[in-house]
Amino acid sequence: MNNKIIKYVISDLLRNRTILFYTLVLLALSLSIFFMEDNTDKGIASMLNLVLFVVPLVCIVFSTIYLYNSTEFIALLVSQPLKRQSIWLSIFIGLASAMTLTFLVGVGIPTFIFAYSSSGITLVIGGLLLSLIFVSIAMWTAVRIRDKSKGIGLAIILWLYFAVIFDAMLLFLLFQFADYPIEKMMIAVSMLNPIDISRILILLEIDLSAMMGYTGAIFRNFFGTHTGMLITGFVMLLWTALPLWFATRYFKKKDL
Amino acid sequence: MIKIEKLSKHFGKLQALKNIDLSLMPGQCISLIGPNGSGKTTLIKSILGMVVPSSGSIYFEDKNINREWAYRSDIGYMPQKGEYPENMSIGQVLDMMIDIRKTPSHLLDNELYEKFELESMLDKRMRTLSGGTRQKVSACLAFMFNPKVLILDEPTAGLDPVATEILKEKIIQEKEKNKLILITSHVLSDLDDLVSQIIYMQDGQLRFHKSLAELKADTGTDKLSRAIAHVMGYKNLTKEVIHEQ
Repeated sequence: MNNKIIKYVISDLLRNRTILFYTLVLLALSLSIFFMEDNTDKGIASMLNLVLFVVPLVCIVFSTIYLYNSTEFIALLVSQPLKRQSIWLSIFIGLASAMTLTFLVGVGIPTFIFAYSSSGITLVIGGLLLSLIFVSIAMWTAVRIRDKSKGIGLAIILWLYFAVIFDAMLLFLLFQFADYPIEKMMIAVSMLNPIDISRILILLEIDLSAMMGYTGAIFRNFFGTHTGMLITGFVMLLWTALPLWFATRYFKKKDL
Repeated sequence: MIKIEKLSKHFGKLQALKNIDLSLMPGQCISLIGPNGSGKTTLIKSILGMVVPSSGSIYFEDKNINREWAYRSDIGYMPQKGEYPENMSIGQVLDMMIDIRKTPSHLLDNELYEKFELESMLDKRMRTLSGGTRQKVSACLAFMFNPKVLILDEPTAGLDPVATEILKEKIIQEKEKNKLILITSHVLSDLDDLVSQIIYMQDGQLRFHKSLAELKADTGTDKLSRAIAHVMGYKNLTKEVIHEQ
């Protein structure tokens, strides 16, 4: 990793208008949600949509576009006496820090001011991890696909898959196998989608699990324990590391 | 200094480079010429490690460059189209490169920086720059670190006549310092007084590698552009037509 590249990527991103706009929109949305809702748990529930849909979408699409726009710059860096791996990881760290900083300012600070509770903290941690994960997935899309429009298209499809399609399929399966005891399997399946993991964690914290019936109780049994949390944390880290690892491996051999 | 052995590269079905063997020495100023898509840029990028060869090897000062990166501190590269982060100013880009290269400031070569008068534009953001100014920044960066090898891809494209002259003078000056200079250019008249060797490529193959004097003698012309036209259009033109020109 190269501190200078990280520094320059971050300073470039912090002056980017889209990033500024995104921060302001997040800040405005979270402030208005917390001002309108007196009950903080209800506020957190409304924030869920913001954190689970908007944050992944902006992270993956913005990062993909940024990477495509930096293609020539990355090529320039590769022609310098620098290791490819450290260039790529530095860009990831730069992008990830900018996105998480934005999230902390836009969602973290209002949440800590208005809803400083375990549910609020879970929400912020979940959002931070989602930012990292979707930047990491963007790194993979951008390195694998040369064509900019196809790459951005794939990024949007991936977002749609994680945010909507996966749940639709899950719901379909649930109804099909409603007569079988599949609750435990649901935990395993939910691990396949970082957005689902975050949703379950946050819903459990704001005690909406009662509304999820027996499945909710199973989830509580799993996610409520230390081992459960450890496994979940590990899975979320895996979701960050794996796409990045595949992307780096590909980037090392890529023709620029 | 740079030795290329049996270098081949294919992109999918397209064979961009076929079995290239080359040996380049310091003090040479080499012009890499060939029609569009003949593999010039791929060859340059292979030397820079930006393209990974399918087979064959490249040696830089007798060391295989495969998976190496430190050797690039001896190369100054001016790309065809210099793109930099849009939101950074010229000053920041220069600072970043100086940071990356870790060259102490007394060893920096600021001649082009001064002659192109970049100092008055240090605060300009990269996205506001014209193509020519970007080229100036690229040129400045290529020469700044006193590299042993200079690789210039279409250096004069987009530069105004004054800047072109400054750059040409600089290239001649560096050549006299016993550096290896590799230039691709379509504007052949620009190269006439610089070049000592010609490499001609076609369809990814090396057609010839000759000194300028040899080439002129072989083709019976006195201008580089005519000599090249002679080579490129050899099949279509009869000898008489060429001599009439």
